[in-house]
Amino acid sequence: MILNASGCLDALTAPAVARKLDAYVVKTVTLEPRAGNPQPRLAETDFGMLNSIGLQNPGVERFCTEVLPRLEELGIPLWISVGGAEATEYAEVCARIGERATVHALELNLSCPNVDPAAEGAAEIVAAARAATEAPLYAKLSPLLPDVAGVAKSVLEAGATGLSLVNSLRGLALDEWTLEPRLGRGVGGYSGAALRPVALAAVFICYKATDGEVPIVGMGGVETGKHALDLIAAGASAVALGSILFRDPNAPERVRGELAEELSARGFKRPEEARGVAHRSQND
Amino acid sequence: MPAPRRERRKVAGSERVGVYTLLRFERGGLDAGIPGQFFMLELPGHVVPRPFSICLAPKGELGFLIDPVGPVTRELCELERGQEVSVFGPLGNGFRTDVDRPLLVGGGIGVAPLPYASQLMGKPPAILGFRTRHHAEAAKLVPKAEVCIEPTLVTELIPAVPMNVLACGPEPMLHAVHALVPDAQLAWEAPMACGFGACYGCVVEFESKSVRLCVEGPILNGRPPVLPVLNGSEEEKAE
Repeated sequence: MILNASGCLDALTAPAVARKLDAYVVKTVTLEPRAGNPQPRLAETDFGMLNSIGLQNPGVERFCTEVLPRLEELGIPLWISVGGAEATEYAEVCARIGERATVHALELNLSCPNVDPAAEGAAEIVAAARAATEAPLYAKLSPLLPDVAGVAKSVLEAGATGLSLVNSLRGLALDEWTLEPRLGRGVGGYSGAALRPVALAAVFICYKATDGEVPIVGMGGVETGKHALDLIAAGASAVALGSILFRDPNAPERVRGELAEELSARGFKRPEEARGVAHRSQND
Repeated sequence: MPAPRRERRKVAGSERVGVYTLLRFERGGLDAGIPGQFFMLELPGHVVPRPFSICLAPKGELGFLIDPVGPVTRELCELERGQEVSVFGPLGNGFRTDVDRPLLVGGGIGVAPLPYASQLMGKPPAILGFRTRHHAEAAKLVPKAEVCIEPTLVTELIPAVPMNVLACGPEPMLHAVHALVPDAQLAWEAPMACGFGACYGCVVEFESKSVRLCVEGPILNGRPPVLPVLNGSEEEKAE
C-alpha cells in the first residue's frame, strides 16, 4: 500500500497524483484555523530539506464543509491527519469528522516539529481520540523519541490501531552570509534522504516490539522502490511518500513499479511476503 | 492554458547579462506558457527544484534569467551547452496581457518575466530599477525601458496618468507599486518546493488573504488561477 505523507500533496490541486495512491492522507486538520508560520518556510540543506509550514489549515469546521466534500468527490480513500494543542482538541476534531465511508483512517499527528508540542503525552491523546471515534487511528510518532518502542506500545494500549513512523526530524540551516536562520521560525522539520535510516530503525524497532501484529506505515526519505522495500522488510505494512513528491509528482506510479520489480527480483509475489524479513536472522 | 509537463532538457546556451545569466534550454515538448508563469528547474544532486519565471521563448527554446545568489543559482549559471536539467512547467497563473495602456515595471532580478511580456505585448513602455550599473545591463533585454539606479526608485518614475501596471521585483517595491497603483498586477516570489500546491512553502499574505503563490499566483491581481494543476491530461504526463 502506497500513501503520501501528510502535508506533502494536495489532492485538489493534483488529483492525477492522488489517484495513483492507495489512500490520500490529508494535510493536518486542527480544531481552530491556523495561519501557519512566517516566511521563509522552506530551505534546502545537506541531504534533505527543512520546512516550517506550521500546520496551516482552515480548521475542522471549514474543512468539513468546504474541503472534505470536494475530496470525497475524487473517489479516493481518505486518511485525515489530526493535530491539536491538547488531547481534548484532538478528540473534538475526531468527533467532528465522525465516521464516514470515505474516511478510512485518522492519523494523529503527535509529533509536528513546527508547532509547540501538545500538553499531554501521546497515550493520553490517543485515549481521548479513541473515546471520540471508532475509526481506525494511526499514531504518528517522532523519530526523536528516545524510547519509540515504549511509546508505540503505550499508544496501542490506549486504543491506536496502528503506527505511522516517522515524522520529520528537527533541523536548522543558516544563511550563507548573515549566519541567521534561513527559516522564519528558526528551526524546522528536516526531511528527505537523511531521514531514511532513521525511519528504517524506528519501523524495525516498533515491528519487533509489537511482534509484527500491528499495521505500520513507514515513511522518511523514500525515493525509490528499493527504499520502500527496505521499510517493508523492516516491518512496514504500508509506505508513504513525502518530500520526493515535491520534485517528482510521478513518484507514486514510479515507486510502485520499482517496488514490484524489487520484490520479484527477490522471489516475493506480494509485498506482504516481504514484511518483516529483516528480522529473520535477528536473535533476541 | 497549456498543461504542465516535466521533461529532462538540454542546455542550448548560456550568456552573461551583467551580473545575471540568461540560460536557454531546448524546449522539447514543453509549452512556453504565458508571461509571468514559471518553471521548476531541478539540478541533479539537489533535493528540491527551484522556480524561475519564463524570461524569453525563442523558437524551440526556453530562456530563464538567473541571479547567482546561492548554491543552486550559481550551479545553474555554470551549466554548459548539452548538460541536462529537469524542467517542469509552465506553472502558475501568469499576467493578463490584453490590457490597455500597459506599463512594465521591474526591480533587480524582477526584470526576469518582462522580456517575454514585452515581446508578446508589442513592446510597451517599461521602467526598470537596479542596484548598480552592472545589474542594469539586464535592461537591454526589455525594449523601450527607462532605467533608474538606486537611490532613484521605480515608483518615482511611474507617471500619474492611469496605466495598467505589470510589476515584478523585491517585496518592498511591490508594496510601493501596489500603494501607488492598487490594481497593478504583481509578480510575487517565495521559496517553493513543488510548484503545484503540495508543500505550502510559498504562502504569503496579500490583502488579508493567505495565498499559495504557486497556484493562486505568482501574479496577484493577474489571471484567475487554473485549477487543478495536475489533472491527468495527456499533456502533463511526466518524464
